[in-house]
Amino acid sequence: MKFKVNGQEVFASTGGRPFDKNKPLIIFVHGSGLTHMTWVLQTRYFAFHGYSVLALDLPGHGLSSGKSLKSIEDMADWISSVIDAVGYKEASLVGHSQGCLVTIECTARYPDKIKTLSLMGGAGAIPMNPDLLALAENGDPKAVDLMMDWAHGPAGHFGGHPVPGLYHINTGGMLAKSRTIKDTLAVDFRACDNYKNGFEAAKKIKIPTLSILATDDKMCPVNEGRKLADLIEGSKVDIIDNCGHMMLLEEADRVLKVLKSFITTNYPSKH
Amino acid sequence: MSDKKKGPESKTYKFDTLSLHAGYQPHKNAGSRQVPIYQTTSYLFDDVDHAAALFNLERGGHIYSRISNPTVGVLEERVASLEGGTAALATSSGMSAIFLTVMTLCEAGDHLVVSSQLYGGTVNLFRLTLPKFGIKCTFVKPRDTEGFKKAIQKNTKGIFGELVGNPGNELMNMPEVSKIAHDAGIPLIVDATYQTPYLCKPFEHGADIVIHSLTKWMAGHGSSMAGILVEGGNFDWMQNDKFPTMTKPYEGYHGLSFAEEFGPTAFTMKARAEGMRDFGPCLSPQNAWNVLQGIETLSVRMKKHCSNAEEMVKYLLAHESVAWVSHPSVPDHPDHALAKKLLPNGRGSMIAFGIKGGKDAGVAFINNVKLASHLANVGDTRTLVIHPASGTHSQMDEATLKFAGLSHDMIRLSVGIEDIDDIKNDFEIGFRAARKPRLVSNQ
Repeated sequence: MKFKVNGQEVFASTGGRPFDKNKPLIIFVHGSGLTHMTWVLQTRYFAFHGYSVLALDLPGHGLSSGKSLKSIEDMADWISSVIDAVGYKEASLVGHSQGCLVTIECTARYPDKIKTLSLMGGAGAIPMNPDLLALAENGDPKAVDLMMDWAHGPAGHFGGHPVPGLYHINTGGMLAKSRTIKDTLAVDFRACDNYKNGFEAAKKIKIPTLSILATDDKMCPVNEGRKLADLIEGSKVDIIDNCGHMMLLEEADRVLKVLKSFITTNYPSKH
Repeated sequence: MSDKKKGPESKTYKFDTLSLHAGYQPHKNAGSRQVPIYQTTSYLFDDVDHAAALFNLERGGHIYSRISNPTVGVLEERVASLEGGTAALATSSGMSAIFLTVMTLCEAGDHLVVSSQLYGGTVNLFRLTLPKFGIKCTFVKPRDTEGFKKAIQKNTKGIFGELVGNPGNELMNMPEVSKIAHDAGIPLIVDATYQTPYLCKPFEHGADIVIHSLTKWMAGHGSSMAGILVEGGNFDWMQNDKFPTMTKPYEGYHGLSFAEEFGPTAFTMKARAEGMRDFGPCLSPQNAWNVLQGIETLSVRMKKHCSNAEEMVKYLLAHESVAWVSHPSVPDHPDHALAKKLLPNGRGSMIAFGIKGGKDAGVAFINNVKLASHLANVGDTRTLVIHPASGTHSQMDEATLKFAGLSHDMIRLSVGIEDIDDIKNDFEIGFRAARKPRLVSNQ
């Protein structure tokens, strides 16, 4: 569905069901340069099982208008504005990669609004490889190739997509190229690189939090994810073997199972 | 190894490695090194909720082998990886891949612009069968690039063509035609059966959907029928209002918009969810496995096919019984320069040539070669010959034959990977018979 936030048109997938304000809200926040489509194997399930879902395209990404936001802090404030714009007082947040930085910061800034936090492939800081950052800022498609290489584990490199017939690396690459590399991926990478408040923000989080990490994640390795999780009181950690940074697609069923158990327990729906 | 000056390089697997490994992980299949053949119709649901989730496309997985099958899925991912596509859907034959593509793209009242030089069965589909579904086509000669533009109407939903036309070897200027298609907000669909992704990756030249008859070079051994459609993932279905079945809520899946939900894989998702569900031209797991065996050696075979073809071109050009030779490797072929650009790894192994003495000589030639097989296929490891005017394209009338660039003296040759001397020796027998058709036929 489309709606306006700060005067700009925003697109969010509602998981194939009409948006229903009576149901509890789950907001999904994608990673650098990507779009709402990375969440398709989680959002549809929740939308059909008692929740209202918004898998957002961040400003300037996917089908949303406007320019990419330049800092993680701005993105965190924007998520809070999204909750206001759709007429809710609270939501459950799910983030992937850069989306983890955004949702951590948002939860720390708006503790009364956020009820649960789920982090996938998250870390307290995501310093960028300088070569990768330079390629993206030059608009070089090689940046996407490198990102797809590093972001995928065995399932991405060999194949074995949970949806028959889909090929991970090329699909991910196409999502990352859906808008100009300079205007989306590069801006996101720079925002990640600049963000230094992750560990401090994590210490402020007092809500149920889940971290899903993967053993073959080169972008946000398990030990970095653990470091972050250790700072969040009562945080749960689930580690997936033989899987890379794109766990939400590479091991979509496992991710959904863990996420389902966590959200339905900590943020149940009556619908 | 990364070069400090050049910076880091992507280490995603390359073509020959993908040909052997893409789409499959042994540790998820009981450690079986070879892809297992899942000879089953259906798949257990964990519970009612799991079943509902699969039917609603909430999660990935298999329901029924008409829709998807794990062995077929490996083939689909492998071909998608080789083509540089986002997704693929395998079908029971190349023709069913074309039909499914058209039915996913079009509704009654729609129109397609189609290259005139196509496999005879494809011509009949577009000319005679699709109009029965309310889908009309305008044929344009493959070299008439401007003609593609002029033929586009308000209700045109795509341009379709073979990159190198069957059987006349005329090339469609894919980069230029793709610009025309994209300026009109419609996709370019390319049947790249003759090329395989080893010779050409059409997505790199502007195609949006690629189709293969996998029966041919991809499987390569003349054993199994199969087809596939592959999606490039770059076409924006939401850029205009031409594709409501891709962009508007679809009743068949609780108001799902394929374009919104699946973006770069939307076309394949729709072709499978709707097309396979409703038409059902599914590929058998056994045939998918056979094709996978062929793909493992694709680059090795294609090199030999192409080198043998170039040898045969030289041989035919110098032969006294040959009136003309059409192959994009011939320097005076009208599309030689374009072929060099689009087919850098080889110009393919399909040759068309005219035999002196016309139809009778052609018939004598075909009837007397011993090693070359006379049959209605191409892309076998073995050398194949046919006289299109009396075989593959025999259902066309005289005018259609002419428009499709066919003549009665034309022999279509699909060069195999036998020893080149043996192929030439066999052709000598054929040519001798062609020079004395009456004498030979009386023997």
